[in-house]
Amino acid sequence: MADIKVAAYICKGCGLGERLDADALVKIAQKDGKVPLAKSHDFLCNADGVAMIKNDIANEGVTHIMIGACSRRAKTEAFFFPENAVARANLREGVIWIRPDTDEARETTQEMAEDYIRMGCAEVKAMTAPAGNAVTGSSKTLLVVGGGVTGMTTAIEASKTGYPVVLVEKSGALGGWAAKLYKRVPVHEPYKSPADTGVGELISQVLGDSNIKVYLNATVAKTDGAPGRFIVDIATESGATHTEDIGAIVQASGFDLYDMNKLPELGGGKSANVVDQAGLEALAVAAAAGDGVIRRPSDNQPVKSVVFVQCAGQRDPSGTHLAYCSGYCCNTSIKQAMYFKDANPSVDTTIIYTDLRTPGNGEDFYRSAQEKGVIFTKGKVAEVVPGGNTSTVKFHDLILDDKDAAMLDVDLVVLATGQVPNSGINIDAPAATAEEGVVEVKPISILNLTYRQGKDVPQLKQGFTDSHFICFPYETRRTGIYTAGPVRRPMDIAQAREDATGAALKSIQALENAELGRAAHPRSGDLSFPKVRLEGCTQCKRCTVECPFGAIDEDEKRFPVFNESRCRRCGTCMGACPVRVISFENYSVNTVGAQIKAVDIPDEFSEKPRILILACENDAYPALDMAGMGRNEYSAFVRIIPIRCLGSVNTIWITDALNAGYDGVMLMGCKSGDEYQCHFVKGSELGRVRMSKIDDTLKTLNLESERVRDLEVAITDIERVPEMINKYAAELVAVGPSPFKGF
Amino acid sequence: MSANTALAEKYRNNFLKEIEEQVEMGDWVKMCMQCGVCSGSCPTNFQSAWEHPPQELFMMIRAGKRDEVLTSTSMWNCTSCYNCIVRCPRKLPITHIMHGIAEYAHRIGLAPKMQATRFFSGLFWKNATKTGRVNELKLSMGLYFKNGFGSGVKEGMKMKDVAIGLVLAKRLNPLELFGGHKCKDQKGIQAMLKKAYEIERSRKAAKMAG
Amino acid sequence: MAKHEYAFYPGCSSQKGASASNYLTSVESMCKTLDVKLTEIPDWNCCGASIGYAEAGELPRHVMNARNFALSEKNLPGQEIVATCAACWLGARETRERLTHSDTLMADTREALKEAGLTINEMPNIRHMVEVLIEDLGFDEMKKHVVRPLEGVKIAGYVGCQTNRPFGVDGESFENPQYLDRMVEMVGAESIPEYEQKVTCCGGALAFSEPEKAQAQIKDIVESAYDHGAEMIVTPCPLCQANVEIYQGQINKTYGTKFNIPVMYYSQLMVVAYGGSAKDAALNGQMIKARRLEEIAAKPVKR
Ligand code: SF4
Ligand code: SF4
Ligand code: SF4
Ligand code: SF4
Ligand code: SF4
Ligand code: SF4
Repeated sequence: MADIKVAAYICKGCGLGERLDADALVKIAQKDGKVPLAKSHDFLCNADGVAMIKNDIANEGVTHIMIGACSRRAKTEAFFFPENAVARANLREGVIWIRPDTDEARETTQEMAEDYIRMGCAEVKAMTAPAGNAVTGSSKTLLVVGGGVTGMTTAIEASKTGYPVVLVEKSGALGGWAAKLYKRVPVHEPYKSPADTGVGELISQVLGDSNIKVYLNATVAKTDGAPGRFIVDIATESGATHTEDIGAIVQASGFDLYDMNKLPELGGGKSANVVDQAGLEALAVAAAAGDGVIRRPSDNQPVKSVVFVQCAGQRDPSGTHLAYCSGYCCNTSIKQAMYFKDANPSVDTTIIYTDLRTPGNGEDFYRSAQEKGVIFTKGKVAEVVPGGNTSTVKFHDLILDDKDAAMLDVDLVVLATGQVPNSGINIDAPAATAEEGVVEVKPISILNLTYRQGKDVPQLKQGFTDSHFICFPYETRRTGIYTAGPVRRPMDIAQAREDATGAALKSIQALENAELGRAAHPRSGDLSFPKVRLEGCTQCKRCTVECPFGAIDEDEKRFPVFNESRCRRCGTCMGACPVRVISFENYSVNTVGAQIKAVDIPDEFSEKPRILILACENDAYPALDMAGMGRNEYSAFVRIIPIRCLGSVNTIWITDALNAGYDGVMLMGCKSGDEYQCHFVKGSELGRVRMSKIDDTLKTLNLESERVRDLEVAITDIERVPEMINKYAAELVAVGPSPFKGF
Repeated sequence: MSANTALAEKYRNNFLKEIEEQVEMGDWVKMCMQCGVCSGSCPTNFQSAWEHPPQELFMMIRAGKRDEVLTSTSMWNCTSCYNCIVRCPRKLPITHIMHGIAEYAHRIGLAPKMQATRFFSGLFWKNATKTGRVNELKLSMGLYFKNGFGSGVKEGMKMKDVAIGLVLAKRLNPLELFGGHKCKDQKGIQAMLKKAYEIERSRKAAKMAG
Repeated sequence: MAKHEYAFYPGCSSQKGASASNYLTSVESMCKTLDVKLTEIPDWNCCGASIGYAEAGELPRHVMNARNFALSEKNLPGQEIVATCAACWLGARETRERLTHSDTLMADTREALKEAGLTINEMPNIRHMVEVLIEDLGFDEMKKHVVRPLEGVKIAGYVGCQTNRPFGVDGESFENPQYLDRMVEMVGAESIPEYEQKVTCCGGALAFSEPEKAQAQIKDIVESAYDHGAEMIVTPCPLCQANVEIYQGQINKTYGTKFNIPVMYYSQLMVVAYGGSAKDAALNGQMIKARRLEEIAAKPVKR
């Protein structure tokens, strides 16, 4: 790195010139930042300012650029120098906007700005411009696992966009559950009657598309590689295996109905006249093939009264059955009640519900059922007692508060049992210990990934595959693999089709990015990737275990093998590595460490404490920027460094900071746990686990535990964050200055 | 066979249908979604006067509780404040349904005999249609004397201060008892109403037959 | 010729010697100032008010209102019908809506009307007096005539039910209508827009038949007015006026309260503000005398 040349540019626009002493900042860059070229400009982001920088690159041989102006989140287009390493000192959102414009504040404000210039200069020197990942693949084919409505829709949408598709369906026919329906809930005006499923049309579209290759009676035997270069073995019934080159994968493996045999108190499995919703569809299909009259299974007599039991085995707080609401079954029961009413209005149809959930246009459908004379009774069914050809449905009428309400002589009872995801193996489940004699039916893997972290995509709750539920609904923790449809969360046909379309587009984006060696979300377009100095690696496996995206495998010698195309650039591996051999070109233990060390620490008599804030760039840092935009003030004693994720925080930074005499360190990251908001799903959680051990470090340094503070910050905490900072600054005053100052 | 038994027989087990066909606006009952907004809005409910707020009555109709509904005093407590109507998310004409159920219960003789509002309601209508205009004094006297002379004096005495005040304010004229306001074309009004009743009766009968 | 002309439907309670006769007197003098001409529909009959439902049935009720429409059409062709009573207005409007929406009902009504030698060809518009004031005249016009502003008087605008629901005055919310407060301000008094009980039901006809229930509500209405420091209550509805005013004594007995707050019509406030005498405003018609208004009415007019 002999020939690096650093230049620093200080902007005087946006009020910076009035609030700060720009000449002094230029001098700081030269003296403390030791940059050979330092300039100020009245309006750095305008054409003239940018031209000045470009000119320096072309004619002065500038390779590294430090811009002291607005936040790194602003003016990214103007300050776009892809061939150069660029650091940004946040003087606008991070300094002048969060400080009062008063004479007494001027000194501390200037000091803040000066530190950020020092930090920026130190940072940029530790960086190199990312060159991009060279290990890429260029397969443009999409693998779709599952031939139901979701899978077929994904295939059709991808094909329409020009991408070839391989579709694998485990059964002998396309169509999935939807093919077994008599009719579907309407999705078009006027939302009044059941509509044709349209599944037949979807099937012929798939079969007639030369861009879609369909494997029936087939499963995925093995998935190897990474986005852009997956190699997938498909096992067919005949025993033959076909290998396909795949760019990205959509898993649309669907659901099963919750088993009604687990509901004997509701008559499940006790009588032929108690069916689940699929059972009723079968009766309706049979009726349509005959005289149109739905008959009760026990004796084939026409059904004259039918009761629908909503939420059967669902929304169960006791933990015995499903805890969740499947969301679609209210509308399904309404539709099925209409099968009867439309054919013969004199059939008594009663839907017993506790809450009727028919959002959106479902309301019109619900209303239409009321108009058709379907009776809706708010109640909780306690028991279904089958007897001969009819049953008694006992329930608690919740409006009339009648605990002993009952419907007698009911011909047919339909249980709305809901969806259970078909998501393969739960890779996080503790390994089952083989017990003698007990044969556990193990779920079968859907994808058979060769990843070190397990064969299927991780699950979050209730067996549904994890998808970044707040920000990126289709993203799993396996880059380039998307789950869509009811395997991800319970849903109906309309939602599944929408889901499928979204997943198709996301997977196309993923394979295109993979070819260019760029990251997928949330650092989409990022060309940096983790580099490991294997000479120093101790094979501790922390990186391979912790990587939230399963990007790291192991070679025969147990060294980590990075699959760059699977990597999201979160830096968790970097934070985890005890010997600090993992780094990115533009983000490393050094780039942050150098900034920490560059800050000028006043002595303990100055009454100017220093607080280091490591702020997640996805939520906390934008929240801080927005606090500035809203002119929320916070302490001038903080120095903020954006980090990729709490997971990327290496404990050495904390130790370094405390040793250097900082009075306190605040970590700001997203919420972790089941309700996570972390953009890297597990990053903040892993970071926090790591930091929980920081107390030991503090003890060895003989420091108070208050010196390190971990904070959950959401992007909306615009007003809360400044408050937390100020509160912490006040607390630290009480604790007293760090004993390490001046050493 | 009384009107009641005939109707009960005809609509056996289908009270909802009976209400739909016989009660003004009754075909709206099935559209209630049991949200409870009406019950929460009904002033008489706040004063804990009601056995059953509208939501509950509608549920009872759907559950086939014929006697309980038609003999209830609930719908008679409606003050026609229209709070429920403007708030019902399903736009049920609740006030009118309440009146309609009351009228039906009254028509087939199931309404509670001495329910004060029922009595007043009938009185009001007779009072209004007899001469074409309401005679407020006769109306009040009629109400107070509904339980016979003795208790009438008592009820009347309770209201004595009110009445004296009104007389003094020239807003209640004791002379009304002997004549008072009336329309000129009373004959026309009577004939017109007779016809209206005739038509209404024949329409209801047709529904019942069909 | 007057600026505005309407067919007038006073309704039973506004007749001479009836409970709302003071309303009629004040409306008449208010209209004189505003150059509004009301011509009483000849031989009008009772609207059937909603409480008549037990006996009335559907058709007879509508026929009663339709007779008034027919008389208006015959005698005052082309004029809109104006009612001062909320219940009359509501009943008539309801009939208008039903007849407009049902051909059968319309045909049946015509058949019955024939018995009285009448018919309807066109549906009249049914307006409440406050609609006429707000929509046809407007606040500016109303304010122009104020020569004796009711300065310093704090008045709770009690809108009640039937002028507010289900039809209401156009553009007003059911939960918090503002027009009455604006009228209070228009006459120069102080309004209480946050008066919570402004649309609470006064008990309506239940005040007669089940007084305890109605009085419990009236108590809330009056109490809240006191809590807000009101000196009087104003209302656009005769039944509201009567119920809220005349039962205060009984409520005091039942609840140990000391209510004694005058309950006025908007028209009475306007007449006084327009420079009219206590007699023009029918202030003698109050059971609970509005001393403050009487004093103002006795003052000379500032011109
Ligand atoms: S959609 Fe309806 S039936 Fe299904 S679980 Fe939810 S509330 Fe129950
Ligand atoms: S619109 Fe109303 S009923 Fe529907 S989900 Fe929302 S809150 Fe519930
Ligand atoms: S931990 Fe993050 S940065 Fe490291 S390999 Fe995994 S995804 Fe990439
Ligand atoms: S964390 Fe570091 S030392 Fe451990 S295996 Fe990974 S690279 Fe090697
Ligand atoms: S407000 Fe309407 S929908 Fe709700 S319970 Fe009452 S009548 Fe039913
Ligand atoms: S109109 Fe009748 S039912 Fe409706 S809220 Fe008022 S009192 Fe209750």
